[in-house]
Amino acid sequence: MEMKFKIFRFDPEVDEEPRYQEYRVAADPAERILDCLNRIKWEQDGTLSYRMSCAHGVCGSDGMRINGTCALACQKLVREYADAEVTLEPLPFFRVLKDLTVDMNAFLEGILYFRPWLITLSDPPEQERLQSQEEAKRVEEVIRCILCACCTGACPVMSENPNYVGPAALVWAFRHVFDSRDEKRIERLNQLDFPDGVWPCVNHFECTRVCPKKIPVTKCINTLKREIEKTLPGRSQ
Amino acid sequence: MIFKHDVIIVGAGLAGLRAAMEVAGAADTALLSKVYPTRSHSGAAQGGIAAALGNEEEDFWEWHMYDTIKGGDYVADQDVAEILAKDAPRAVYELEHMGVPFNRTPEGKIAQRAFGGHTRGFGKAPVKRACYAADRSGRVILDTLYFEGVRKGLKIYPEFHMLDLVMKDNRVVGLVAYELATGEVHFFHCRAVLLATGGYGKVFKTTSNAFASTGDGVFLAYRAGIPLEDMEFVQFHPTGIYGLGVLISEAARGEGGILRNHQGERFMERYAPTIKDLAARDVVSRAIATEILEGRGINGRDYVHLDLTHLGEKKLAEKLSDITSFVKIYLGIDAATELIPVAPTCHYMMGGIQAGSHGRVLDTEQNPIPGLYAAGECSCLSLHGANRLGCNSLLDLVVFGRRAGTSILQDLKHLSWDDPPAHPMKEVQDRIRSLKERKSGEKHGRIRSAMQETMTRNCSIFRTEQSLSQALAEVRALKQQAGRVAIDNLGTRFNTDLLEALELEYLLGLAETIVVSALGRKESRGAHFRDDYPERNDDDYLKHTLVQRTDDGPQVSTKPVTITIYPPKPRTY
Ligand SMILES: Cc1cc2nc3c(=O)[nH]c(=O)nc-3n(C[C@H](O)[C@H](O)[C@H](O)COP(=O)(O)OP(=O)(O)OC[C@H]3O[C@@H](n4cnc5c(N)ncnc54)[C@H](O)[C@@H]3O)c2cc1C
Ligand code: SF4
Ligand code: SF4
Ligand code: FES
Repeated sequence: MEMKFKIFRFDPEVDEEPRYQEYRVAADPAERILDCLNRIKWEQDGTLSYRMSCAHGVCGSDGMRINGTCALACQKLVREYADAEVTLEPLPFFRVLKDLTVDMNAFLEGILYFRPWLITLSDPPEQERLQSQEEAKRVEEVIRCILCACCTGACPVMSENPNYVGPAALVWAFRHVFDSRDEKRIERLNQLDFPDGVWPCVNHFECTRVCPKKIPVTKCINTLKREIEKTLPGRSQ
Repeated sequence: MIFKHDVIIVGAGLAGLRAAMEVAGAADTALLSKVYPTRSHSGAAQGGIAAALGNEEEDFWEWHMYDTIKGGDYVADQDVAEILAKDAPRAVYELEHMGVPFNRTPEGKIAQRAFGGHTRGFGKAPVKRACYAADRSGRVILDTLYFEGVRKGLKIYPEFHMLDLVMKDNRVVGLVAYELATGEVHFFHCRAVLLATGGYGKVFKTTSNAFASTGDGVFLAYRAGIPLEDMEFVQFHPTGIYGLGVLISEAARGEGGILRNHQGERFMERYAPTIKDLAARDVVSRAIATEILEGRGINGRDYVHLDLTHLGEKKLAEKLSDITSFVKIYLGIDAATELIPVAPTCHYMMGGIQAGSHGRVLDTEQNPIPGLYAAGECSCLSLHGANRLGCNSLLDLVVFGRRAGTSILQDLKHLSWDDPPAHPMKEVQDRIRSLKERKSGEKHGRIRSAMQETMTRNCSIFRTEQSLSQALAEVRALKQQAGRVAIDNLGTRFNTDLLEALELEYLLGLAETIVVSALGRKESRGAHFRDDYPERNDDDYLKHTLVQRTDDGPQVSTKPVTITIYPPKPRTY
C-alpha cells in the first residue's frame, strides 16, 4: 500500500520557522513507521534527521509525535494507520535540534535530580543482598523504563509548568524509593516533596496512556504521593 | 577542537561502561558514544548473565568453563574461559551491589534459569545458570552502570562518533570524532584508547542487532593495520521473529519453550537428544535451517514455530513479558495461546579485534600495541571460540571490561604523551568534504542492502567454496561502488546521511574479512558450517584465524589455540 506522510522539518541553523514536508512511500501493513521513515530517508530525502537504533522498542531513541500522540516509531505499525495520512512531529516541549531530533538534556537532568542509583550505607555482603520476591515485585513495572520521554512529552502539566520534574523522573524516583535495598528512602521522599516535585501531577493519565512499556506511570506517582503523606508526618503541603 | 584526556573509552555499552568505572577517578577519562549511552545495544539483551552461583541448583565454575569451551567447539582458549567462569560470581554480585534489580528466588537470592549449552556435570542435563531481570537483563544493567558512571563524575561525550584512530610509530596517540549536534570534527589527544564499540550484525540482512551495530571500532582498527581474529564465526540465533529478525531470547526455551516443525514435531529431539531445544545456538540454528530445507518449515515456508503456549500467562508475564509484548506488537500474536513464527537471525560476532585476556590489543606477532585496548563484542579474546553461549556475552563485557580498565591503569604509569602527527583530522575532513562535494552518485542505502543480501544468501548458516566466492566477488564489486556514493544532506546538524555513508565502508570492509576468513577454514566448526567440508578437522584447523589488511587485500594467517584441561572431543548435545 502507499502511505502518505507529513513530516515536521526544521533546521534552526538555516530555517526561520518549521515547515511540514510531504512524502509518499510504499509500505507493507506489517511494517513499522520507522521502516517507512528509513525508506524515505534512504531513497528519497537524506536530509531528514531522527534518532533510532534498536528498532524494537528497547533503546528509547525514536520517541516522537505520531498523528498527535507520543509514541515510538519502531513500535507503531503501518496497518494501524491504513488509509490515513501520518503526521510525524518531534516530542512536544522539547527543544528541536533538527527535524524530529530533540534536546534531551533537561529531561535527563530531571532524572538525575533524584539520584537514579542505589544508595546504601552498609557494606555489601560477600554475596548478593537478599530481597524477597514480593519486594522485587514492587519495582517490577518501573524497571521497564527505556528513557524514551514519551510520557514527559505527553504530559499536559509540562506545557504549563516547564519546571515540573515530569513523569519519567518520578518513575525513576519510584524505582529507588521502593527498592528494599536502598537506604535513603526518607531522604528521597523529602526530596520529592516540593512544588515542582511529585505534586504538580493532576492525574491526566496521558503519560500512562502513551508509555510504550506499559508502565502504570500515574499509579506510581500517586503511590509516591501517598507514601510521602504517610511517611512524612507534619510536612508542610 | 582538540580535547585532551589520559584515557578515551569509545562505546557506552556494558564493556565501555564497566571499563570506565575502573579507570574514572584514577585517571582523566572520557567516554564517547555515537548513540546516547543508554541507547547502546547492550540494552537489548534479554536473557541474562551467566554465573555458577548455584542459587537454584548445584553448579560449579568448572562446569561453566567446560560448557564455554565445548560451546565454542574447542577453539575457545581455555585459560581465558577459566578466567570468565571463575570471575563470574564476583562480577554478578558486584552488579547486584550496584543496584541491578535481578529477579529473586524464594530465599531472596538472585534467580537463575536454564540457557542453551549451559549444563550440569559436563553436559549431562541443562543447569540454571543465567541470572536475569525478567527479559530485560541488559537494559537494567546498562542503566545501572550508566548512572553509576554519572554518579562517579565520568566525563561523557554523548553522540560523538569516532571516525578515525590516530596512530604514530605503531602506537595510539588519539582519535578523531564527529559531533552529531554540530557537525564539527574534533581531535581527542590521549595516552590510551579502549575500543568498546560492539558488534556488526548489520553486515547481514536479518539481524537482531541495532542500526548502530556497524562495527566501527573493528573496522577502524583493521584499517590501521591491526589484525582481526576469528572473523568467520558469525552467530545466528535460532529464534528471530520471522521476517523482522527481532530476537526472542533463548530464555523462552530456558523457561520451557519448544521448537516445532510443520507437523508439530519437537524436531530438536532428533538433533540433540540430551538437551534438545537447549543445545548450543549453532546446533539449533542448523537444525531449523535443515528442517526448512527439507520442506518441514511451516506450510513449506522458511520458518518454524516456537511454542510457548504451555508456559501459562503467569510465567509469560513474570519472566518473558517483553518478548510476549514484541510478538503481540509486531505479529499480533498472543504467545499464551498461539505459536510464534521464528527463523534464525544474525546475532553475535565471535570475531573481532585481537586482544589478550588483559584487554591489550595485539599485533600479528602477539605483542601489545602501546595504548590500545579492546573489550566487549568488538574484541576477540579467543574466549567464545566458534560459537558463544547465551549469557556469556554480558558476562564477558563486565569481566573483561573491568580487566581492560585495570590494564590501562597499570600501563598509564609508563605510557607517555606523544605528539600527534601533523594534521590528525585532515584525512577525515577530506573524506567528508569529498562525500559532500560529489553531486550525484550511488545511494548508500542501496549498496548496503545489496551487501546484506549477498552475505545472507552466501555466507550464513551453510557455506560452500562457491557461495563464499560469490559473496567475495559481490562484496568487492560493492566496495568499488561505495567509492561513488553521493549524499543528499550537506548540513551540519544530525547529519546521519553522512554517517551512514561512512559506516557503509566499515560494513563492507568487515564483510570482506568475514568471507575471506570463512574461505580459509575448510572444515565445519561451531557456527561456521561448510557443506563442502562438513566435518570438524582438528588436525588442520584447531587454530584461530587472523586477518590483516595489506595493500594487496586481506592477508589471512593463523595462531594456535590454548588448551589447558579439556582435550577436544566430538561435540554432541
Ligand atoms: C537482541 C539481543 C539480545 C541479547 N541478549 C543477550 C543476553 O541475554 N545475554 C548475553 O550475555 N548477551 C546477549 N546479547 C549479546 C550482547 O548483548 C552484546 O554482545 C553486547 O551487549 C555487546 O556489548 P558491547 O558493550 O560490546 O557493545 P554495545 O552495547 O553494542 O555498545 C556499543 C557502543 O559503542 C558505541 N559506538 C559504536 N561505534 C562508535 C563510534 N564510531 N563512535 C563512538 N561510539 C561508538 C555505541 O554508541 C555504543 O555505546 C544479546 C544481543 C542482542 C542483539
Ligand atoms: S498523570 Fe500526571 S504526570 Fe501523567 S500526564 Fe497526567 S499530569 Fe502528567
Ligand atoms: S516511563 Fe514509559 S514513556 Fe516514560 S520514559 Fe519510561 S518508558 Fe518512556
Ligand atoms: S529505535 Fe529503539 S526504541 Fe525505537
